[in-house]
Amino acid sequence: MNEQRHWLYRPENIRKLWLWGAGILAASVLAQVVFEVHGHFGFDSWFGFNAFYGFITCTAMVLFAKLLGVLVKRPDTYYRDEDRDDGGES
Amino acid sequence: MSWFALPPGLILIAGGIALPFFGPLGRRNIVLGFPFLTLVALWSVPDGAALSVDFMEYRIVLAEGDRLSRLFGTIFAIMAAAGGLFALGNARTIELCASMIYAGSSIGVIFAGDLITLFVFWELMAVGSTLVLWSAGTPEAYRASMRYLSIHLLGGVVLMGGIAAWTVSTGGIEFGRMTEALGGGGLRSVAAWLILGGFLLNAGAPPLSAWLPDAYPEASPSGMVTLSAFTTKTAVYVLIVGFAGTELLVWVGLYMVFYGIVYALLENDMRRILAYSIVNQVGFMVTGIGIGTVMSLNGSAAHAFTHIIYKALLLMSAGAVLHMTGRRKCSDLGGLIQTMPLTATCGIIGALAISSFPLTSGFISKSMISQAAMDGHLTFVWLALAAASAGVFLHAGIKFPWFVFFQKDSGLRPPEPPRNMRIAMVIFAALCIVLGIAPGMLYAILPAPVDYVPYTGEHVVAQLQLLLFSGLAFFVLLPLMKRTLTISLDWDWFYRRFGPLLVKVAGGAILAADRAFRGAFLDLLRRGLDGIRTYYGPQSVAARSWNTAWMVLCAIAALGIYLAYLYA
Repeated sequence: MNEQRHWLYRPENIRKLWLWGAGILAASVLAQVVFEVHGHFGFDSWFGFNAFYGFITCTAMVLFAKLLGVLVKRPDTYYRDEDRDDGGES
Repeated sequence: MSWFALPPGLILIAGGIALPFFGPLGRRNIVLGFPFLTLVALWSVPDGAALSVDFMEYRIVLAEGDRLSRLFGTIFAIMAAAGGLFALGNARTIELCASMIYAGSSIGVIFAGDLITLFVFWELMAVGSTLVLWSAGTPEAYRASMRYLSIHLLGGVVLMGGIAAWTVSTGGIEFGRMTEALGGGGLRSVAAWLILGGFLLNAGAPPLSAWLPDAYPEASPSGMVTLSAFTTKTAVYVLIVGFAGTELLVWVGLYMVFYGIVYALLENDMRRILAYSIVNQVGFMVTGIGIGTVMSLNGSAAHAFTHIIYKALLLMSAGAVLHMTGRRKCSDLGGLIQTMPLTATCGIIGALAISSFPLTSGFISKSMISQAAMDGHLTFVWLALAAASAGVFLHAGIKFPWFVFFQKDSGLRPPEPPRNMRIAMVIFAALCIVLGIAPGMLYAILPAPVDYVPYTGEHVVAQLQLLLFSGLAFFVLLPLMKRTLTISLDWDWFYRRFGPLLVKVAGGAILAADRAFRGAFLDLLRRGLDGIRTYYGPQSVAARSWNTAWMVLCAIAALGIYLAYLYA
């Protein structure tokens, strides 16, 4: 950290982290071979269902948030002018 | 009857009132010692009414124990001690006092055996929490505390109305199950709906959820830690007691779950992200209450217990960052792991726990609610809860640590926070892991016996897949989540912008109409007066002086007419 950047911020380590990440993701799906997921509803026992479902729903939530953001996002000073004349004091 | 039949909440309230009269050492002893006295007191409250007094024609039950109230009381007392430890040395004395009174009154609600006691402590809780917020001492906190108080007083009025109607329609004030009364019609049904409304407002339910992310992040670093625990979880407790199995709560809960995720995804302020995620987590509990089975109610109660710990831990971590850097916005932070490794590690443990990672406390509690949905064959609810679990990792589990401790290097090099903050964080981080590894400790004090094994190979694999791939989605979609200097409009827009605008516009219109009406009326009056003046004024016909000859002529004419009339 003194002369060198923190190990997390070195490019060669970032690449290693991605590889490790990919390995862990693959392992979590392959683990289903050993620990059979029986499921309850049928579809939840499909191979990699939870991985697929987690990824798809998160993508959907991010996209939905992005769309909603177009409607509801305002500069973070939005309420400030009004607060000033609402009689608030400190 | 126990020898210690005192409402356990009163111990903390008394401590809070006594606090300013002591020096630093005395204050430390009170802040750390009184929660343990409370713990002893609440575990000595036996089942059933332990302390009651007659008041007018009602029996007021000041302390009534059962397994559920002892569970909530225990975590509230632990939280009061840890929150106090985190605050010591940094928070103002008024914040320490208010926090103790706030915690004490929430324990008062938990052990209240009747609606009147419940209401009194409920309102005291609103006052205590407002003071905690207000004691941050900034103009923003003052304004937020006033908005917060207005909403909670409104909730209090609704609850009071409900309690009055309930008392009139049933003749009693006992607090118990009200689910069936909702559909019964008549005054009793109105009463139950009003009470439910009052409870839900405190839980952060729609449409007024915005009070929570609006107010809490304006509190001091330690103030928000305290605030995160009590109000919403007290609401969860009263909902479990009063409204278990109310189907509406399933949908209310699911709305809260997704509202919290989507708004947290849009947010830039790290403490507002965590505030939205309180609504999200309470949503899981409310859904569990709506499902209403033994498993789901146990799950909701367990989740409230574990949630208080990991949420406080997350907010301690965020509070430590705020305390050391003075910054709250993700766009100003990043790279803090380099100089705050302990704060980052504790924050990450909290983040893993809120995401229900195996071996953390969230895993052993939240999965009971999903299991209940599965047992009840509620396919849609189960799918929604699974999506929401993935979403929790997305919006809080990764987003908070990533933007604060990693991402770009902000160049900030703050040291670790003071020792008391570090100790509080380490204790709660340890609790998150201990409860995750040894769930039996928590399961043993849940309201009903637990027939559930969280650690099966298939459950762990399914959960890991769900969470890890949600993490993948985060990093793949990172370009879409660039931080912007924005806030997101919420339903509070209606009372912060639309209401005042309406008053301004309608007020202007009313003023103009009033002015026009009064102008027209005055004009009419003036014209009338002018007419009168024409005929009766000093220069008018009626005021003219007549000469004597004319008067005599008139008199003769009148007499002539009279004579003619008489002789005709």
